Amino acid sequence: MIPVLIGVSIIIFLIFQAAPGDALTGMMDPKMSYETKQKLRKQLHLDEPGIIQYKYWVQNVLKGDFGESFYFKQPVGKVMNTYIWNSFYLSLASFILSVLIAIPIGVISATRQYSFMDYFFTVFALIGISMPSFFFGLLLIKWFAVDIKLFPVSGMMTAGSTAVGFAKFKDVMYHMTLPLIVLTLGSVAGLMRYTRSSMLEVIRQDYVRTARAKGLREKVVIYKHALRNALIPVVTIFGMWLPGLFSGAMITEAIFNWPGIGPIELLAVNNRDYPLLMGINMLLAFLTLLGNLIADVTYALVDPRIRLK
Amino acid sequence: MAELKKNTNKNVELKGAKKEDIMSPWKVVKHRLRRNKLAMVGLYTLLFMIILAIFGPIVQKYVFGITMEKIDLYNISAPPSLKHPLGTDEVGRDILTRLMYGGRISLTVGIVAVSISVVIGSIIGGISGYYGGVVDGIIMRLVDIFMCFPFFPLLLMLAAVLSDYKVDPKYRIYFVMIIIGILSWTGLARIVRGQILSLREQEFMQAAEALGLRDRRKIFRHLLPNTFASIIVSATLGIGSAILSESALSYLGLGVTPPYPSWGQMVQVATDYYVMQYEYWKWIPPGVCIFLTVMAINLFGDGLRDALDPKLKR
Repeated sequence: MIPVLIGVSIIIFLIFQAAPGDALTGMMDPKMSYETKQKLRKQLHLDEPGIIQYKYWVQNVLKGDFGESFYFKQPVGKVMNTYIWNSFYLSLASFILSVLIAIPIGVISATRQYSFMDYFFTVFALIGISMPSFFFGLLLIKWFAVDIKLFPVSGMMTAGSTAVGFAKFKDVMYHMTLPLIVLTLGSVAGLMRYTRSSMLEVIRQDYVRTARAKGLREKVVIYKHALRNALIPVVTIFGMWLPGLFSGAMITEAIFNWPGIGPIELLAVNNRDYPLLMGINMLLAFLTLLGNLIADVTYALVDPRIRLK
Repeated sequence: MAELKKNTNKNVELKGAKKEDIMSPWKVVKHRLRRNKLAMVGLYTLLFMIILAIFGPIVQKYVFGITMEKIDLYNISAPPSLKHPLGTDEVGRDILTRLMYGGRISLTVGIVAVSISVVIGSIIGGISGYYGGVVDGIIMRLVDIFMCFPFFPLLLMLAAVLSDYKVDPKYRIYFVMIIIGILSWTGLARIVRGQILSLREQEFMQAAEALGLRDRRKIFRHLLPNTFASIIVSATLGIGSAILSESALSYLGLGVTPPYPSWGQMVQVATDYYVMQYEYWKWIPPGVCIFLTVMAINLFGDGLRDALDPKLKR
C-alpha cells in the first residue's frame, strides 16, 4: 500500500510540474518587484530542482499541510474540510438509497431470470449506466424545477434560511431530492447487476437445492439461505465506495450547485489552483487505497472460508 | 416462458447436430447474438448512428448546401422548421448538421481512445501474465497506482494543463483521445493478465515451448488470441464509457472545444436558464444522441458478453 501511495504522489507531483507556471504565478500580486519575487521563490524552494521540491512537498503533506489554496487564500486542508462533508451527506444518502433499491431488484431479477421483470430491470440498469449525468440532471431541473417548480433549482439550503434542527434537515432534504435521483440512478444500475450475477451463481448451488428439498418455503430459501452468501461479494464492493462517498459526483454537484467538493474541484481546475487540486487528488487516492483495504478485510470477515488461505 | 422453452429446444438441437453442420465458435456466437433481441436493437441503433455520422454531413453539404459553419442570418435561434429540422443555434447554424458532425467527433473519440487503451492494456497484461514473478509484481503495482487515481478529477487536471499550453482546437481532439485512452487501460490489463496466467500453464504452450518459439511470438500469436473474447467485450463497453467521459469533459468546456462541435459541448448551452426553459431544441437532441449511442453500445456489449461466455449454455 505504501509503495503505491508513493507512486501516486510522484505522478500527481509530475502533472503539477508539467503545468505552466509555478506556485507563485497563482498567488502573487502583479505589482510585486522582481527581487521580492526571487525572495519568495527561495522561501518556497521554487528555485530548486524538482526532486528537492518533491521532498519538501511530501514532508509537508505528511505533516498534514497541503499548502495554501490560491483561490480561497486559505490552507488547502481547511478548504477541503469545509466542503467535503456536504459531499459526504449527499453521497451517503444516495448510497443508502441505492442499496435499498438495488439489492431487492437484483434478487428479483436473479430468481426470475429471463422473465419480463428481469428484462425490464436489465434495461433499466443499462439506462442508468448510459445516461450522461449532466444531461439527466439538466432534464430534471427543466422538468421539476423550472417547468413545474416542485423542487429548487440549485443549492443546499434556502438562501438566508436560519432554520435549525428538524426544519433545517427538511430544507436540506428538499434541496437534495433532484441530485439524489441523478446519483442514485447511476449507482443502482451497477449494484443491481452485481447482486443479480452473484445471486444467480448461488441459487445454482447444491445447498440451495437441499434447503428446498427440506421443504422450506421459497421465501426462506432465497432470502435467508441464498441471499446471505450472495451478498458476500456485494458487501466487499462497499469498501470501494469509500472514495466515492467523499469525492462526490463532481458533475452532478456542479449542475445542482451543491456546495460539495465537486464544484470546488472544478473551480480549482478553472482557476489553476494546483495546491488544492493536488490535495484533493492525494486525499482521494489515499481513500481509494483505504477502501481497497477495507474491502479485503470485510471479505475475510463475512466469509470465513477466505481466512483459511 | 413459452419463448424460453422454444429457445432451450433449439439449443438442444444445436448441441446434438449432425457432424456435417458443426458450427465454428464464431458462428455459435453470431447465432446466440441474433437470438438476443436487446443486443440486436443495440446493434441496429449503433449502426444507424454511425451511418448518420459518416454520411449525414455529406448529404447535408451536397444536397442541401448546409455545412457545420454556415450561418443563416435570417434564422437565429430558430425553432425546428422545414428548413432546419432541429432548429438553429444562437449564431444561426443548423443544429442537425452540427449534431452529425458532433457524432463523428464523439464516436471517433470513443473508438480511438478505446483502441489506445486496448493496445496498451493487452500488451502490458500479456507481458505481465507471461513472465510472472518480478516483472508481474512491478507491472501490477503500476496498475494499482493508476487504478487508485480518481479517474475524472485526473482527466480534468490533464485537460486543464492542455488548455494552459493553448493547444489548437484541431489537435486538442487528438489529445483528448490519447488522455482518455491512457487513463483507462488498467482494467483490461488485469483481465488479460489473469487469463494468460492460466493459459500459459496449458499443454499447447508446452508445444510452443518445444517448437522453440520466441517469447514475442508466444505472447502475441498464441496467448493473446485466446483472450480475444474478453478483450472484445471490454472494448465494446469501453467505447460507451469513453464517449461518456468525452461528453462530460466537453460539457465542462475542457474536452473538444469550438469551432468543432461535440455532443457534450452542445448540451453546454443549457446552463443558461432561458435556453433550458424555452429553447429545448438546442440541448435536448445532443443529450439524447449521447444517451442513445451509449445505450446501444451497452446493450450490444452486454449481449456480446453473454454470447461469448462459454459457461453460459442455456
